[in-house]
Parts: sequence; C-alpha cells; structure tokens
Amino acid sequence: MKKEIQIKNLQETTILAKKIGKQLFPGAIITLDGDLGAGKTTFTQGLAKALNITKVVNSPTFTIIKEYDGDLSLYHMDAYRIEDELEDIGIDEYFFGDGVCVIEWASKIISQIPQERLHININVESVTGRLFEIIPYGEKYEHICEELFYV
Amino acid sequence: MNDIVVLAIESSCDETSAAVIKNGTEVMSNIVSSQIDIHKKFGGVVPEVASRHHVENITLVLDAAIKEANCNINDITCVAVTKGPGLIGSLLVGINAAKAFAFSHDLPIVGVHHIAGHIYANNLVENLEFPSLALVVSGGHTELVLMEDHNSFNIIGKTRDDAVGEAYDKVARVVNLTYPGGPQIDRLAKSGRETYKLPRVMLNQDNYDFSFSGLKSAVINLVHNANQRNESINIENLAKSFQESVVDILVGKTLKALKNYNVKQLLLAGGVAANSDLRARLQVEMKNYSHIKLIIPPLKYCTDNAAMIGVAGTFAYLNGVRDDLSLNGKASLEL
Repeated sequence: MKKEIQIKNLQETTILAKKIGKQLFPGAIITLDGDLGAGKTTFTQGLAKALNITKVVNSPTFTIIKEYDGDLSLYHMDAYRIEDELEDIGIDEYFFGDGVCVIEWASKIISQIPQERLHININVESVTGRLFEIIPYGEKYEHICEELFYV
Repeated sequence: MNDIVVLAIESSCDETSAAVIKNGTEVMSNIVSSQIDIHKKFGGVVPEVASRHHVENITLVLDAAIKEANCNINDITCVAVTKGPGLIGSLLVGINAAKAFAFSHDLPIVGVHHIAGHIYANNLVENLEFPSLALVVSGGHTELVLMEDHNSFNIIGKTRDDAVGEAYDKVARVVNLTYPGGPQIDRLAKSGRETYKLPRVMLNQDNYDFSFSGLKSAVINLVHNANQRNESINIENLAKSFQESVVDILVGKTLKALKNYNVKQLLLAGGVAANSDLRARLQVEMKNYSHIKLIIPPLKYCTDNAAMIGVAGTFAYLNGVRDDLSLNGKASLEL
C-alpha cells in the first residue's frame, strides 16, 4: 500500500532513508523520481549510511553508475543523462545480484527496470519541505512499507 | 634511446577516442568521435554517431588515429587504455579493442585511470615536476589531487555531492539553456554582474572537500520564487552570480591547499578548465605564488580524449606498469 510521509528538512530525509536502508535485502531495487534538487542523492546518502558505506556517496549523474561496498553493495544509478529509454547501459547486470540498486530519474528508463521494486516520488513542497510518496510493488516491498508505520 | 610510442584508447564515458603519443609529450594523432563527421570521412555505414555508441565508433577512430599519426605499427611500444572509472559496457569496448590490437601485434597493455589521464594532459604543455597539485574539474569529477611523483596520486579533497560541471549543466537546465550548460553560462556571465546572493558552501571549512548541491538548490529556489512572484530573472546576472560562487569555492579551496603543501606546479584538468573566470582568477591569484607554475592544458586535451590516456600510459609504462589480456574494466576505480 502506498504511503505518504511529510519531511520538514534534510535531516528528516536522512532519517527516513536510514529507516528504509535498514530493511533492504540482497537484490533490492529502489527507484527515485523528483525534480532537480528534490533530494534524491541526499536520500541515497542516507541509505548508504544504513548499509555502513564509509566512502563519500556523490552524484552519479555523469558516470551513470557508481558502486560502493558496505554490508550490502550499493549500485547508485542515475538516468538523468539518458535520452533513449532503451539505451543499453548494462543496467540489467546489476539487478538480481547481491547488492542494492538505487536508480535516480528512474522514469526515464522504466522499461529496463524490473516490476518488483520500491518506488519513491519526492515532491518539493517548500524550500526544505518534501512530500515522499512511497509505493511498493511486490510483497517484499509491501513489507518494507508496512514497517515504516511502526518506526 | 628509442622513442616510446603509445597507442591510446579512451571509451569510459560519452566519447570514443584513440590517439598516438610519442615520448609522453608529442601528440601524433588524437581522434575523438564527436569531433569528426564519421559519415563524411568514412562513407558511413554508421547509422548515427551518438554518445556512448562506442562499438560503432571504435574501429573507425583507431584506424583514423593510426593513419593520421603516419607511424609504422612496428614502432608502437605499447597500448594504453582507460580501465575505469566509467560505465562497464563502455569501458569494455575500449579494453577489448586494446587487447585485440595488443594480441595481434604482440604488444604490452597498460591500463590507465581516467583521472590520471586528465592530470597528465598537463604534460603536453610542460613536463610535470613534483610535488604538484592538480585541480580536476569536470562533469563527473571535482577533486584536488596531490602528486609526489609520477603515478602517485593522493586525493586530498573531493566533492561530497555534485561535480562542478554537473552543477553547471543542472543550473543551465533550470534557466532553460541547452546542453551542455557550462559554456553557455560562462558566455552569459561575461555580460552580467554579481547581483544575486548565492552561498559558498563549505568554503570556510577546514578541509579540501567541495559541495555544489546546495548552490544548485539555491539557484533553483531563487528561480522558483521569482516565477511565483511573477518577477523576471536577469539571466546574465544570475549566470555571473553563480559563476562567481563556483570560482570562489574552487579557487579558495585550491589556495588553501597551496598554503599547506609546498608544490612546484598547479595543474588544471578536466572540461571545466575551459571556464574563462576560473582561468582568469587562477592566473591573477597565482601571481602571489611566483614559485608555483600554473599550467592549463589546451581545451582539446581537457575534455575527454585519448591523448591524455596515452601520456599517462607512457609514464605508467616507464614505471613498469604492465597489464595482460586478463585486464578488466572497473566501474568504480580508485585513483
């Protein structure tokens, strides 16, 4: 079931990301959509903290995919620069593996992404306020969403 | 001493490129896929020369690089190739081409880090002297790298979020400029004044790290608020205000590093090295550091190209670096 969470500032984004990050499992997929500056990379940095990734997680916009080692590997992807939805960037190699895939601007390559995933829309409501719409596709992701009610 | 002639290949990002470099200083050829009309030049079986179409481009740029260098294949000492970081599918096109060439001509292979290449572009202007400090500024990277010797790289500062070139492109998009945004903002800034107050994130912190995400957000908010109030934005002044903030941060952090590290050269590297205010400010500031030589490579060696990989490959080869046919690409590779 879809869940909406109101966020007041950057710190709350990080807290929410950590809560979700703690529930991730090998092969988990998170897709992120939201305007420039909405906080997609900030959210991913929070997830990385939950996975005990110590390296700096910075924007993958130009390199498209960045990999990090942690409790689970993190594959941080960004489709911002992709113009052809079907361009083969080798993204499918990363799905169904042992790591976690986070895909920013996911809607630009949605046909390349497996159906089962946790989708998050970040809506800008004010300078620091954001509305997170969290939409689970598949049982495992429903479970993550339900857990968010209890934390 | 025999000449060292390196055939170099770069395919880590959008460009497919091949080059032939002599002795780490002389560019015999440097072919970049986006700079040539492959249709026209080769009578074209290539449907489209778009970005990241490395497979279609690779043999054409290799062929062109060898022809233009006008060298005998027997004169080639080794093959240098970018092994990372970058998209793995893109890297592997270059790496496999390098392997095929090396195998068929019985040559050693030298894998090169993409950022090492950007830094070594400076050696085409003047021989590197150590220690030296490199400011690497591009679409994907913003780093301060200290070099104590050839092939020795110590990243003393890096961006914690967006790279500077990326901030340029995203700000350009917010004000409806076309891609790539950097050159356009630079051009508009020339006729603008700094009238908008924008932050200098992390400038006064006691480290060499950068952050451009907050600056990007500040511009987005500024434009958004103006739109809501039906006020118009002076685009030239916004461009100048943004650029001043960027240059303050880049130059401020670089000077901070120069005060603490006793270097002989300051090297500028990466595509943002084309920025006119960045160049001008560095040239002015460096007058106060007469013992440090500022080097800025020509623009064609600042954006992604194989010549820089050939130069870095030459010095790696001289230092004994050898890879074999098991060389693999790595998406996230440490410098």
